[in-house]
Amino acid sequence: MATRRAFLRNSGVAMFGIGTSPVWLERAMAGTTGRKKILVAILQRGAADGLNIVVPHAEQAYYTGRPGIAIPKPGSVEGATIDLDGFFGLNPNLKALKPIFDEKKLAMVHACGSPDPTRSHFDAQDYMESGTPGLKATRDGWLNRTLSKEAEKSPIRAVSLGPVLARTLRGGNPAVALNSVKDFQVRDKMAGDDYMSRYAASPDTQMKGTGKDTFEAIRLLEALRKVEYKPENGAVYPNGRLGTSLKQIAQMIKADAGLEVAFADLGGWDHHVNEVGATALIGPLANLLREFGDSLAAFYRDLGARMEDVVLVSMSEFGRTARENGNRGTDHGHANVMFTMGGQLAGGKVYGRWPGLEREQLYEGRDLDVTTDFREVLGEVVTQHLCQKELARVFPGFNSKAPPGLFGANAATTAQKTL
Amino acid sequence: MNLKRRLKTKTFGLAIAGLLVALGPLAAKKAVDSATKFREKLNKQQQVEHVLNRLSFGAKPGDVEAVSKLGVKKWIERQLNPSSIVENPALEAKLAAMGTLKLSTQDLVTRYPTPQVLTAVATGRMSMPEDPELRDIYERLSERYKSRIERKKTKGEEEEVAAKKGIEDRLRRRAGTMTTEERSEALRKTAPQQAVAGELTEAKIYRAVLSERQLDEVLADFWFNHFNVYLDKGADKWLTTAYERDAVRPFVLGHFKDMLRATAGSPAMLFYLDNWTSVSNVAGDKIKRAAPKARARGLNENYARELMELHTLGVDGGYTQKDVQEVARCFTGWTIEEPNRGGKFRFAERVHDKGEKTVLGVTIPAGGGVEDGLKVIEILGSHPSTAKFISRKLAQRFVADEPPQALVDRMAASFRKSDGDLKAVMRTMLSSQEFFSVGAYKAKMKSPLEMVAGALRATGASMDNALPAAQAIANMGQPLYRKAEPTGYSNNGEEWLSSAGLLARINFAVALSGNKLGGIRIDQDRYAEQAKDTGAPEWQRR
Repeated sequence: MATRRAFLRNSGVAMFGIGTSPVWLERAMAGTTGRKKILVAILQRGAADGLNIVVPHAEQAYYTGRPGIAIPKPGSVEGATIDLDGFFGLNPNLKALKPIFDEKKLAMVHACGSPDPTRSHFDAQDYMESGTPGLKATRDGWLNRTLSKEAEKSPIRAVSLGPVLARTLRGGNPAVALNSVKDFQVRDKMAGDDYMSRYAASPDTQMKGTGKDTFEAIRLLEALRKVEYKPENGAVYPNGRLGTSLKQIAQMIKADAGLEVAFADLGGWDHHVNEVGATALIGPLANLLREFGDSLAAFYRDLGARMEDVVLVSMSEFGRTARENGNRGTDHGHANVMFTMGGQLAGGKVYGRWPGLEREQLYEGRDLDVTTDFREVLGEVVTQHLCQKELARVFPGFNSKAPPGLFGANAATTAQKTL
Repeated sequence: MNLKRRLKTKTFGLAIAGLLVALGPLAAKKAVDSATKFREKLNKQQQVEHVLNRLSFGAKPGDVEAVSKLGVKKWIERQLNPSSIVENPALEAKLAAMGTLKLSTQDLVTRYPTPQVLTAVATGRMSMPEDPELRDIYERLSERYKSRIERKKTKGEEEEVAAKKGIEDRLRRRAGTMTTEERSEALRKTAPQQAVAGELTEAKIYRAVLSERQLDEVLADFWFNHFNVYLDKGADKWLTTAYERDAVRPFVLGHFKDMLRATAGSPAMLFYLDNWTSVSNVAGDKIKRAAPKARARGLNENYARELMELHTLGVDGGYTQKDVQEVARCFTGWTIEEPNRGGKFRFAERVHDKGEKTVLGVTIPAGGGVEDGLKVIEILGSHPSTAKFISRKLAQRFVADEPPQALVDRMAASFRKSDGDLKAVMRTMLSSQEFFSVGAYKAKMKSPLEMVAGALRATGASMDNALPAAQAIANMGQPLYRKAEPTGYSNNGEEWLSSAGLLARINFAVALSGNKLGGIRIDQDRYAEQAKDTGAPEWQRR
């Protein structure tokens, strides 16, 4: 790939001078490392309504509990559920994801969640990002802990999109937060060099460390900034926050710049009032889901064959009440649905044990019960895809009992191949 | 942040603890270590710097000398009594130029009409205002809301409308580069919604930079964030101005329960956390039976939960899901009259849940009305968990990310003893040895607002327009009045540390130093270097 070679050459020279590139960069240039496996994690902040996203359309209780906001059964009505397997269906605003499901590269796990009962957005997001439900003292995030300790590593091996570094990427391995690849620079070159030496000389180790990570990433991304990024295969990213984030993640993946884990988020899922409009195609949930589905689909298209190296996984801190509340919305609940997308997945299936929606089946009589710990899903991706065998390091205190089997029968061979 | 780095820091920091005072929050983890740091005193010079860093948005040229001369204690006492301080006339002039700030919400909605008001006028459901100038504005703006098929315009009329629209569009595009005064006038006539949000944002920056009542401003920022509402959520675009002014600012050094009551009953909060739509399930069913097509109504837990988790008890403060439901029942009927037309608080007796409730073990007897909610505020405001939660949050803002427990306990005791007198709690904190300790000194990372306002103060910047500063603050991750989640922005300084944030800070410093921020100017001969320094590592802590 010409652009990739040019990028690597340019950044090697820009960053380290000719002939002094670090090992990871030389390997990447020679193409001998085998490409890195990449994990992209997405957090839907605000507790997305999983029951209206992957809809249990064969459950009568779903329709009786949600007379005003249920997504209609598959059929001819406008805004009807898109059937997946006769029991579950996709919210119609996610229609862009259906072909990927049919190609078996997209799998969902329903009734996922945390063993911790909190209905606080803040605590639940914190637990989901730290990977330690119930433990507030955990300082680092699970995504950071998936990174292995390597002597030579790319300054952009761990990237969080947005102005602040996500909790899940904080920890012992350097990680950068960036708003946009294009603007990731000091606008005045000379001043930039001056600040770089001031940060390098700072006795404040936190400032010094973040400064180092920042300036190394700036240099590495210099080559990427110079060319306008053009998505491939006709992919069109939506203009919102998630589309922009995934577009830049794709750009960094294709540049082979050493990216291993990336994080992006999308807020606004806390629909207490008027969640669904006059049809399922309008209203605040519909808008967010279109952004979500179209962004994921664009990412999938854009990466093309490269999806073989990538797994994307989405999560949201908890689900919402099984029944609608008094304002055509839903209140804070318990279990939710997670999406996974990747070339090596045994997709085309909704995984997880379905606990049912009858009153006696609900958690505390009101919420979808958790049958799969969210760490089972993440753990499987970490062990099977990233080949990180020390799961106890990533999710301390967690004993995997029943991983969903997202990688199917290929699991063992996949792991073997990449080891 | 790097754990290995952190470990190194700890040993390194222990070895030369006296020299590297900036390492406070890292070492705070280890009890023994931190106990020593929070006992070690600051010298006179450091004390002056410290109070200016913590109780103001940073020192202006001359402030260090002034505080030294007056004495740290006296300066604090003065700041604790803001009404005794003569306000900066330059600030008063800026604020006076912004028409939206002093209006009641009802007047604001009349003078800066919402889309709902304009639609009502366009469709004849509301009459035009009397005032001829206002009438002219309404006529032009409501044009946009008229149905297209309503009336076929002549070609001439259409051209006239298009020309006017062109002028307005150009005006709006230029708005970012106008002075505050020019923009306020222009937007009032063309884009009232932008005027309301813009003035609120600009006023916050002007106050932070120019006010003499600095502690009052720091606290207004703290408490607004504590009782966060989101400016971009529907009617809150119009309700937030009065909310900050009437429900938050008057109480920042007053009684906590008064602020709690004011926020609970404020249209902005009722709208933001959906309580205005919450009605008893019985009333909801009745409405449904009477009018099956009507907007669904029933109990909504949103406010009840955040009230306990974020405003009072804290998430570990000892409440249950049952308490959330009971509190929600107590607040049924606390609603707003027509939020999009600047409605006021209204108690709707009809939809209030009149049954008996039990909140945190206290029985609220059946048959109550608006007083059920007031009783909840009384219970929550007096609860020991609230005293602890509020004290810790204040100590986290003013002392350290991990404040010493002994200090928090003393502050909580003051809170309980004074029935939530926030000035008493502040006094306990500001007279403590922990506040004036090495453990606190430069231990906090500045928030983006603190970084930018501090830089503008330190360089004596003159401002015709505060929007570029607001934009810079947003780039650093803290768009003002626009935190969508009820948690508000993090009170933990460490969370502002990131490469994107650092880069945005550096780029702001570069722009400030080169006078490249439209409408903001510094005297480059005197302050260009100082401006550059605001991007350096030392400046990022306070």
